[in-house]
Amino acid sequence: MSQITFENVVKRFGSVVAVDNVTLTIGEGEFVALLGPSGCGKTTTLRLIAGLELADQGRILIGDRDVTYLPPAARDVAMVFQDYALYPHMTILDNIGYPLKVRGVSRAERARRVTEVARELQIANLLERRPSQLSGGQQQRASVARAVVHQAVAFLFDEPLSNLDAQLRLEARAFLKHLQNELGVTTVYVTHDQAEAMALADRIVVMRLGKIMQIGTPLEVYRNPANTFVASFIGSPPMNLLSGTALVGQGQFVMDDETVIDMGEVYRRMSRPPLDGQEITLGIRPEHITIHAEPHPHAIPGQLYVVQPMGGETLVNVRVGSKLVTVRLFQDEPPALPDQVWLKPALDASFVYGADGERLS
Amino acid sequence: MERRAIFSAKVGFLFLAPALAFVAVFLLYPFVRVFLLSFTNQTLLGTTAPNPEWVGFDNYRRLFDFDRWMRLGEFGSALKITTQFVIGSALIGQVGLGLLIAWAFYRKKGVLRETVYTLVIMAWIIPETVVAFTWVAFLDRDFGTLNALLDAVGLGQPDWLFKHPLESIILFNSWRGAAFSLLLFSSALETIPPSYIETAEVAGANAWQKFRDIFFPLLRGHILTDLILITLWTFNVFTPFLLTGGGPARRTELVSIYTYRTAFHGQHEFGKGGAIAVVMMLINFALALVYLSLIRRRRVHG
Ligand SMILES: Nc1ncnc2c1ncn2[C@@H]1O[C@H](COP(=O)(O)OP(=O)(O)OP(=O)(O)O)[C@@H](O)[C@H]1O
Ligand SMILES: [Mg+2]
Repeated sequence: MSQITFENVVKRFGSVVAVDNVTLTIGEGEFVALLGPSGCGKTTTLRLIAGLELADQGRILIGDRDVTYLPPAARDVAMVFQDYALYPHMTILDNIGYPLKVRGVSRAERARRVTEVARELQIANLLERRPSQLSGGQQQRASVARAVVHQAVAFLFDEPLSNLDAQLRLEARAFLKHLQNELGVTTVYVTHDQAEAMALADRIVVMRLGKIMQIGTPLEVYRNPANTFVASFIGSPPMNLLSGTALVGQGQFVMDDETVIDMGEVYRRMSRPPLDGQEITLGIRPEHITIHAEPHPHAIPGQLYVVQPMGGETLVNVRVGSKLVTVRLFQDEPPALPDQVWLKPALDASFVYGADGERLS
Repeated sequence: MERRAIFSAKVGFLFLAPALAFVAVFLLYPFVRVFLLSFTNQTLLGTTAPNPEWVGFDNYRRLFDFDRWMRLGEFGSALKITTQFVIGSALIGQVGLGLLIAWAFYRKKGVLRETVYTLVIMAWIIPETVVAFTWVAFLDRDFGTLNALLDAVGLGQPDWLFKHPLESIILFNSWRGAAFSLLLFSSALETIPPSYIETAEVAGANAWQKFRDIFFPLLRGHILTDLILITLWTFNVFTPFLLTGGGPARRTELVSIYTYRTAFHGQHEFGKGGAIAVVMMLINFALALVYLSLIRRRRVHG
């Protein structure tokens, strides 16, 4: 178990800056998720920790050891790859025991320790099989077992659940979190699935184009997204982002298509309000909008687009001007709504972002 | 899954017929001719040319005359030299070198890799005779490139083709044929997912452990296939003749050269040449069987 520190780390591939001046501290025993869209540098960050890529600039520390230029073997971390990387020519026993074999642990001792871990992970009955004779979920456990048996100072996971079907993924998610809680090993977990990151991590690092956009606990990034990128990435369905102009004097927000939203006290309560006439983006989560069949004070008109029953909740899409706004209702029965509806945003729970996408508060 | 035939057996045979005819005319017929020939005393010239006699196993007895067969220029000696040549230039030289170079440049790009690959492949595609003459020039005692280099670092000027003829043709043939193995192995290496190697690296494996535990087992099928092909080719290769003519004093007389000398030189003993060919065919056949059973055993276990 060790702390992992990035100090101004840069990694380039030709002209692509895959990791752009990242500074980050992952606490001892912490479970951190690297979250972001495809190509944002998550895998590269993970590989930098493992030593599979070498940083062009900056320093990487594991514990208080500077590992920036150390080869993978000297870093004492365990990595689980997306494809599990189980060796087809070895039994599961030999696969899981491979990190021990490399260290010269005797065959008997290896078998003992592998069996112990396999029992914990409920794959003890599969040890004599070959990887091809295992289901996807079992293979995933075997590759996790290989990381566990290693007794490394940190676990590195690169989208370990993306090859599983939806049901199994939920199961494996709970299993991984439970395992990490028990072992208390520092864990870095790469995913592009925000729900997975929210469910698993102590802290989430949201990345974009090699840069860190926000770091925080799942609740922090959900409640206070620092910029429009995080706002649109975290939460399902994502936050409604409406662009328009702030009329601070009148206490109004005019959407690009001229729809006017009465902002009440919002601007006045901000310590750094927008300038009058400034381009801003108003962010409102789908659950912070109520929908009405009749005209309502401070409500904006819109046309009903579709109603999506989700089981426990219902999503309603409404067209406001050229924009599609999502409303989330915590009711299982879809409401009966006319074509013309009125939306009332809970402005206290709204977010105001400047033209650069950063939050104004 | 149940397999259903698309065609009946009869129609299937019809499709096979041209290939079978081809095999019969160009492989089976010559083989039978050579086989029959090996029991006669037919020569190119002389009285036995038009009227060969049936001599039974005489030709074979002459080949396996154990009083003299290990003398230079005899069949046993040719077999021994061929074995050394195959082990040196096929197993160690081509397969070993090809594997080593492919492994050394695994996951690497750049000028060095391109240069080495280009040179190795050039050695393979240049016509045989050109290559042979280049090597004669390369190895020449007084004007050769090799000796110029050795002399420059003070290692003397040995007469390669005279003092170390077998080593010379082994070196030549390794260089000449390594490209095939190199290409086979480097494309095989590309089929190994990078995560296999990276998992081992993160687990702490060193270069030897990675080779022993991952590369080698995953490449075993390719290595066996390459071995069978290279061994058979090398066994029957004739090009060294262009370098040494089988000499000096028959010290580089491979079985192929021995056969040539027996059947198409001097006495032109077709009968005896046929007997050698039959023995060679049996040896090749046995080698192929050994390799194939190794490959099959691997399939069952793997
Ligand atoms: N070996 C490489 N050579 C060249 N470019 C690379 C290499 N590895 C990554 N990149 C580039 O670096 C950037 C970041 O890649 P990375 O694999 O870290 O993204 P990611 O966030 O893991 O994406 P994904 O979710 O698709 O896996 C991308 O633009 C990618 O094309
Ligand atoms: Mg990735």
